[in-house]
Amino acid sequence: MRTFAALLDALVFMPSRNGKIRLMADYFAQVPDPDRGWGLAALTGALSFSAAKPAGVRALVMERVDPVLFGWSHDFVGDLAETVALIWPERPGANREPTLSEVVEALGAAHRGAVLGLLERWLDALDADGRFALIKLITGSLRVGVSARLAKTALAEWGGQDVDAIEEVWHGLTPPYAPLFAWLEGRADRPAVSEGAGFRPLMLANPLEDTDLGALDPVAYNAEWKWDGIRVQVVARGGERRLYSRTGDDIGRAFPDILEVMDFDAVLDGELLVVRDGQVAPFNDLQQRLNRKQVTARMLRDFPAHVRLYDLLFEGPEDLRGMPFGARRERLELWHARVAPRRMDLSPLIPFEGWETLAALRAGAREAAIEGLMLKRADSLYVPGRPKGPWFKWKRGALTLDVVMMYAQRGHGKRSSFYSDYTFGVWREGELVPVGKCYSGFTDEELVRLDRWIRNNTVRRFGPVREVAPGLVLEVAFDSVHRSTRHKSGVAMRFPRVHRIRWDKPAAEADRLEMLERLIVE
Amino acid sequence: MAALPERPESWIRVCPEGLFVEPAGIYIDPVRPVDRAVVTHAHADHARPGNRAVLATAETLAIMRQRIGPAAGQTQQAVPYGEVLRLGEVDVALVPAGHVLGSAQVVLTWRGRRVVVSGDYKRRLDPTCAPFEPVPCDLFVSEATFGLPVFRHPPTGHEIAKLVHSLALFPERAHVVGVYALGKCQRLIAELRGAGFDDPIYLHGALVPICAIYESFGVPMGELRPALAATREEMRGRVVLAPPSAIADRWARRLPDPVTAMASGWMRVRQRARQRGIELPLVISDHADWDELTETITELGARQLWVTHGNEEPLVHWARGRGIAAEALALVGFDEGGEGEPPPLAGEEEPPTGDVLPLSAPEDA
Ligand SMILES: [Zn+2]
Ligand SMILES: [Zn+2]
Repeated sequence: MRTFAALLDALVFMPSRNGKIRLMADYFAQVPDPDRGWGLAALTGALSFSAAKPAGVRALVMERVDPVLFGWSHDFVGDLAETVALIWPERPGANREPTLSEVVEALGAAHRGAVLGLLERWLDALDADGRFALIKLITGSLRVGVSARLAKTALAEWGGQDVDAIEEVWHGLTPPYAPLFAWLEGRADRPAVSEGAGFRPLMLANPLEDTDLGALDPVAYNAEWKWDGIRVQVVARGGERRLYSRTGDDIGRAFPDILEVMDFDAVLDGELLVVRDGQVAPFNDLQQRLNRKQVTARMLRDFPAHVRLYDLLFEGPEDLRGMPFGARRERLELWHARVAPRRMDLSPLIPFEGWETLAALRAGAREAAIEGLMLKRADSLYVPGRPKGPWFKWKRGALTLDVVMMYAQRGHGKRSSFYSDYTFGVWREGELVPVGKCYSGFTDEELVRLDRWIRNNTVRRFGPVREVAPGLVLEVAFDSVHRSTRHKSGVAMRFPRVHRIRWDKPAAEADRLEMLERLIVE
Repeated sequence: MAALPERPESWIRVCPEGLFVEPAGIYIDPVRPVDRAVVTHAHADHARPGNRAVLATAETLAIMRQRIGPAAGQTQQAVPYGEVLRLGEVDVALVPAGHVLGSAQVVLTWRGRRVVVSGDYKRRLDPTCAPFEPVPCDLFVSEATFGLPVFRHPPTGHEIAKLVHSLALFPERAHVVGVYALGKCQRLIAELRGAGFDDPIYLHGALVPICAIYESFGVPMGELRPALAATREEMRGRVVLAPPSAIADRWARRLPDPVTAMASGWMRVRQRARQRGIELPLVISDHADWDELTETITELGARQLWVTHGNEEPLVHWARGRGIAAEALALVGFDEGGEGEPPPLAGEEEPPTGDVLPLSAPEDA
């Protein structure tokens, strides 16, 4: 339990992706079976308990500590689980420290009424970090700060295998994954490729550079819209139903309305959207549905989910991935006509003559739900990863706005000595209102100059945050604007990034809020 | 009950200058210049410039001279631990506080009554200074920097092992550790040496002079090198110590892809570490944690407790619950010279609004 708790802590503090990978690989190397397997399950989200409620944990600690002291402590620390973990009066030597496996097994076997008793014994035996991890695990609020995909990437790196090779076998395995570790350590053969409802790594597109276009033969390509939702894999096999994100995270729990209509046997590739009366809603609406543990009837009604289908990977047991795109598309259309699943339609192919007509279509598409175009070679097989050539994404030109820098904060990792994260605003009745944050789109040399400007123009400091004088205009590019109740300005921009730094432009000439509001997609 | 004249309030009181011991004519750790001062230790918030006569341990005086030169005191009297001096009508002795090199508690005895002023202290072992010596007393005047029960410092060896493990895991990255110049810096070095870590340790320029003073008093530091003179390549996989203000600032740009660490008792609370962008928090403190504070008060058997600075309220509450007459002195002027702790950050999307003021935290926590 101690090593697992230390890993969780280290992951939370480590900002860099490579750093996280190395921490996880070190854990897999150091910890024996079956503990590391349960650790992996926790990292990939396959281990989740809601064995105890925060109120139960609170009641437990109240039997041991002065309520007044607890109140002050909770105010100071903020987080309940952390307060309990830190304040818990230890009874040294009271019990032996449990392993992660012992915790998992005991929780699996215990009936609800016994959980708090177990928890109390374990809290006595663990140190503060162990107690924190345990409480988070038991109350189902473990945040590991990595995606399932990243955990598998670390596993692949440690075992010297390709991450997609792990994905292929993943679904056939269950925690604590002993055969997987045996294979990665060279002690056993690769586990059988899963036939079940596992995730198949997606085929991804490369961004299209303007220079690419001349070299491409328009006749060889199909075009379709790139919809502004979440790329998903719809998997219904042998009675199991799964909805996976692009990185293989199972997001089905948040979308029961999609799972409900998957009464077929197939694996499909598509875009998850919110569609109301046939109209695709702004991305912001889909966001209301993401990462929810509880889905209310009201949310299902107000934000109905929908999948727009791009591709068919399996029909029944038949693997279509080795067929050309054109043939798969025909099969997809036939399948869709025959099965006619609710909440699912086809992403239409766009007929076009040459690149000029397609460019004109792309330029004219102002519909919010369209992010741009996809180009797919008619003869392209479905290959996991991002092969160069068969598929391109041709994004719609971004919107831009001139904004004023208001606050700057230090970055993380390599950028921790630079002010690299900016909050910017636009004018409203002679005042600046913050409308967004950005931290990319500039070169290292520009960052050095921005950092110097910020240090020379700071008017107030709030710990790591500096407020700067309204004197620097940034031209930010962004994909779209939506209404938002989370922002004081009432608007939220999608993917804002620095397009140009307007050292020359007076702040007073930056854009006004009305300008941004006009770009809102309803 | 004792007769009124012996009640501590009648002979020790809080003045604008600081804690005044009237029958001895001395101030303890005064915040403004006074005629006669007793200084518990050389941290900037306790040892201020401009006093006429200063009484302290030889170590404290040496560090004060290094830091503030002649302003350390027109006349300086070095007193060894345990020696009893008669000042006015009061017997005064300095005994080890275990906080930093030379740190002392002030033991005052007058008319059969004993008062101990702790200064800053800790109870766990520190290879760089003499251990805290408990002196039973009627009134204990205690610090309370970590006076909340969430502060329980883990075993120091555990935190040192974390640093050593990270060095092995990221051998191509420098590990820059934020440390206070007096005390934490030398203790971290000594703890690393004690764990068998013999590599050279690189120092920010501000840390060099006090390390030299520690060595002159017989505390070995092993091989130290100035970071300024080292190449980037040379510092890969090395421990680099710097003041907290430098670890995430321009100074740190000379280091190869540094892992940013910080050695402080405040690192116990995750949000505090995260706000400062710390990647490797090390919970190592030179102050007593909650258990040490409460166990010390119990051990000394004091019936009266005054709490000087830190989180006074919870400790006062705890003591009153045990029948100890406890007061918060609300001494001003302590812990102000230190690094401002960041305020709670606003939510991910919201920039900070106008009214947040930085909290302050002691320079030596
Ligand atoms: Zn101190
Ligand atoms: Zn202090």
